[in-house]
Amino acid sequence: MHLILFVIFAVFALAGAANLLLQTHPINSALSLIVVMSSLAVLYLMLGAEFLAVAQVIVYAGAIMVLFTFVVMLLNVGREEKTHGSRAAKVVGFPAVAVLLAIVASILLKAEKHFGAVSLSDGITTTADLSRVLFRDLLLPFELTSVLILIAILGAVALARKDNGA
Amino acid sequence: MMNGMVPSSWYLLLSALLFTMGVVGFLIKRSLITVFMSIELMLNAVNLTFVTFAHEWHAVKGQIFVFFVMMVAAAEAAVGLAILIAIFRARGTLNVDQIDRMKL
Repeated sequence: MHLILFVIFAVFALAGAANLLLQTHPINSALSLIVVMSSLAVLYLMLGAEFLAVAQVIVYAGAIMVLFTFVVMLLNVGREEKTHGSRAAKVVGFPAVAVLLAIVASILLKAEKHFGAVSLSDGITTTADLSRVLFRDLLLPFELTSVLILIAILGAVALARKDNGA
Repeated sequence: MMNGMVPSSWYLLLSALLFTMGVVGFLIKRSLITVFMSIELMLNAVNLTFVTFAHEWHAVKGQIFVFFVMMVAAAEAAVGLAILIAIFRARGTLNVDQIDRMKL
């Protein structure tokens, strides 16, 4: 059961990511990114992270992607025109990415027997467990994020205002 | 492999694949907004690694870290998209080939 669910949603995530790369219109890319994020939420749930699964749907697939689609529509972004692209990306970027993936994949496959397995009966980290750590041990970082978000909101408003820099 | 179980390394491999696709998107995409989406894809891939290791070692703090990454990503998206709007106002385009100067 777990295996079937994993394969289905892993394929969804990979197909969504591939579609993000292949589409030329930003709104199509945004919608496929939502597919990736939603299938990742299911994978989080299968790993026992119930709070993060919900937060993934609300924050990522919800709030952030709404912001993205909103900006795409606000700016009325059209199809991207195909250009030759940057030479540095071709010469350095793609080989580096391929090497990185090969190294990580080979390490993971070599170390496979040292890793445990994941099954649906592993039990979940409840929101209560999570909040106990968050509010006891990590209260200060948590409160600091609220300041960060406040600053980000102010920064966003200041940057997007029409009389910029005045 | 027992029936109905998935090795943790498969999750990590999926995460590595998603991250790689994010990097490739960052390199091949010519529209600033899809470049930004590729960055979000990379962030998500890393989050999957965090959750997998949190499960592997029964460490709740790994999940807390993902929570903080989400908060920072939300702040980053808000500021990033505001910058994007400002760039579009100033240059009239989001094509990265035409936005290669810091000054106007």
